Amino acid sequence: MNQMTAPAAPQDGYVTEDGRTIGGVVMEMRNITLRFGGVVAIKDISFDIREGEIRAIIGPNGAGKSSMLNVISGFYHPQEGEVWYKGEKRPPMRPYQVARQGIARTFQNIALFEGMTVLDNVMTGRLNHMTASILDQAFWWGKAQKEETANRQKAEEIIDFLEIQNIRKTPVGRLPYGLKKRVELARALAAEPKILLLDEPMAGMNVEEKEDMSRFVLDVNDEFGTTIVLIEHDMGVVMDLSDRVVVMDYGRKIGDGTPDEVRSNQEVIDAYLGVSHD
Amino acid sequence: MFYREAGDFKTSYTADNQTFPIAFDRYGYFLVLLVGLGVVPFIINDYWANSILIPFLIYAIAAIGLNILTGYCGQVSLGTGGFMAVGAYTSYKLMTAFPWMDMVTITLLSGVMTAMVGLAFGLPSLRIKGFYLAVATLAAQFFLVWMFNKVPWFYNYSASGQISAPERTLFGYAVTGPNAESWVKYVFCFILVFVLAWAARNLTRGSIGRQWMAIRDMDIAAEIIGVNPMRAKLTAFAVSSFYVGIAGALLFTVYLGAVEVGEAYGILKSFLVLFMIIIGGLGSIFGSFIGAAFMVILPVVLRNVMSDGLGWDTALATHFEFAIVGALIMFFLIVEPHGLARLWSLAKEKLRRWPFPY
Repeated sequence: MNQMTAPAAPQDGYVTEDGRTIGGVVMEMRNITLRFGGVVAIKDISFDIREGEIRAIIGPNGAGKSSMLNVISGFYHPQEGEVWYKGEKRPPMRPYQVARQGIARTFQNIALFEGMTVLDNVMTGRLNHMTASILDQAFWWGKAQKEETANRQKAEEIIDFLEIQNIRKTPVGRLPYGLKKRVELARALAAEPKILLLDEPMAGMNVEEKEDMSRFVLDVNDEFGTTIVLIEHDMGVVMDLSDRVVVMDYGRKIGDGTPDEVRSNQEVIDAYLGVSHD
Repeated sequence: MFYREAGDFKTSYTADNQTFPIAFDRYGYFLVLLVGLGVVPFIINDYWANSILIPFLIYAIAAIGLNILTGYCGQVSLGTGGFMAVGAYTSYKLMTAFPWMDMVTITLLSGVMTAMVGLAFGLPSLRIKGFYLAVATLAAQFFLVWMFNKVPWFYNYSASGQISAPERTLFGYAVTGPNAESWVKYVFCFILVFVLAWAARNLTRGSIGRQWMAIRDMDIAAEIIGVNPMRAKLTAFAVSSFYVGIAGALLFTVYLGAVEVGEAYGILKSFLVLFMIIIGGLGSIFGSFIGAAFMVILPVVLRNVMSDGLGWDTALATHFEFAIVGALIMFFLIVEPHGLARLWSLAKEKLRRWPFPY
C-alpha cells in the first residue's frame, strides 16, 4: 500500500495502490514546541494528517512521540505552535473536549477501568453519544432506556468486530495483557472517532498477537474509514501498515514521507535504523 | 435446580440489562417487597420498629448515598454526619416555617438543600484526591456542626439549642411527633427507601454511573475518552448529598424526634456510615443494605446476648461492639475490600454451579 508520491496540494485526495481513497488534510500540526521546564520535548515540529490514512510516528525512546500524541489529545498544551483541525485553528482544550470532537486514543500502558466489565468499558467509550439527563436516568424513563439500548447495539457491533464476545461480562482486571489491549481498542472505537490515536498498540505482544492487532488496525481503517495515527517500535509493522511516516529524534522531525522515502533517508538511517558497517 | 441461568434466554438488550438477571433473584426481590409492605406493617411493634427496622431503613439511605460518592466515584468523604445535619436542620426550618407543607415535600427539599451544600464542599475534589480530600470533607463535618450550634436562627432561638420535630401528617396519618404510630413511620421510610434505592440502581447502571466508575478507576483515561471530570465528580457529590440529606432529615423527623446536633450528627456518625459501606461492600447498592443492617443489628444482638442473656455489664457489651467492628473493618479492608456483598455474590456463584462445579 505504499504509494510512491504524495500529492502536493493539501486539499486534494488520492488513491493508494491498493485502492483506498485518501482525502485531504484533516489535521495539521504547525511549528509545535513543547517544553517541560528546561527540557524541550518537541522542537518546532510540523506535519499533517490526511483523512483516511494510516500515519505512523516513529523514533527512538524519548524522541517525543508520546508527547506529540498528548498534544493532539489535549493532555499537553504546547508553548508554541498551532493545531489545525478540520480547517480551523483549535483553541486550547481540555482532553474531554478533544474527545468530543471525534479524537479517541489508546495508551502505551493500558488505561482501562479495571473494576468494570468489558461491556461497561466499551459502553463508557460511547458516552459522548448519550445525552439523557440525570433525572431521566434516575427514573429510567423513555429516553434513558432507549438510548442505553441503542448504544448497547453499537457497543455490541464493536465487540463483535474485535471478537471479544465471550468476555463481555468479565471484569477487565481479570483479563490477560493481549486481550486488555484489544478491549482498549474497542473502547476507543466505540466512540466512533474521526481520528484514532494508537500509542504502541503492539508493545509486548508475540507475533500472532501482533498479526491479529495489525489486521484489526487495517480493518478499522478500511471498514470505518477512520484516520489512524500510530506510534510503534516494530519497524516491520510500521512499514507494512502505514501510508506515511513521521520520524522523530530528540524532539526534532528528521524525516517525513512514505515508508520507502523514510527508509532511504540517510538521517533516519543514522538515527534510528542503525548505521551500516561496510 | 432452581438457582440457574440455564434455560433463561435473554432475547433483548433490555432483558439482558435488568437488575436481577436470574429469575430466582427476581422472585426473591418481589417477595421482600411483598413482605415488607404487605406483612410487616401489620405485625410490627414499637420495639422492632424503633430498635431495628426504622434505623436500618434510614441508614440504608445514608449508606447508598455515601456509596455513590465513595464506592462508585472513588471520592472519600468523612462529612456524612455534617451533611445529615444539613438535611435535619433544613427539614426543621421547613416544618416550622411552613406548617402546611407535607412530609414528602419537606424530606425531598431537605435532600435538595443538602445536595447544594454538598456541591459546594465537593469543589475541592476537583483539585485534591484521596487522603487529602478526606481531610477536606472532615473540615466540612466540623464546620457544619459548629455552625448549627453557633447560629441560633437554625434552632429557632430555643433555650436548649435542641431541635424537635412537630407533628406532621400524611394522608391523615401522623408521620412525625409523639403521636406517630410505628407502622406509619415504617411504611413512610420503606417507600422512600424503595424509590431511592431504585433510582440509585438506575443511575449507577446508566451513562452517569459509568462516568463515576471511570473517574474512580482511572481519572486520566476517563478524561481522555470524554468524561468531564468536574461534572462527574460534582454530580456524584450532589446526588450523594441528596441521599445523605434525606437520611439525616428522616433520622431527625421520623426516628429521633428531637436532636442535639453534636450528639446526633457528630464525626462518629460519619464513621458509622463509612463502616457500613466498607463492611457491606463498596460500589454496591445491595452492599449498602447489608452494611446498614449489620451495623444496626450488631449492637442490638450484642446487648441482648450479653447483658440480658449472660447478665454482663452493659458497658462491656458496648466495648465488645467497638472491638468487633474494629476487627471486622480491618478484616474487610485487607481480605475483601468489596465487603459482604462480594462474599454474597461469590456464594451465589458457587451455588449456581453446585453440585457439579466443573
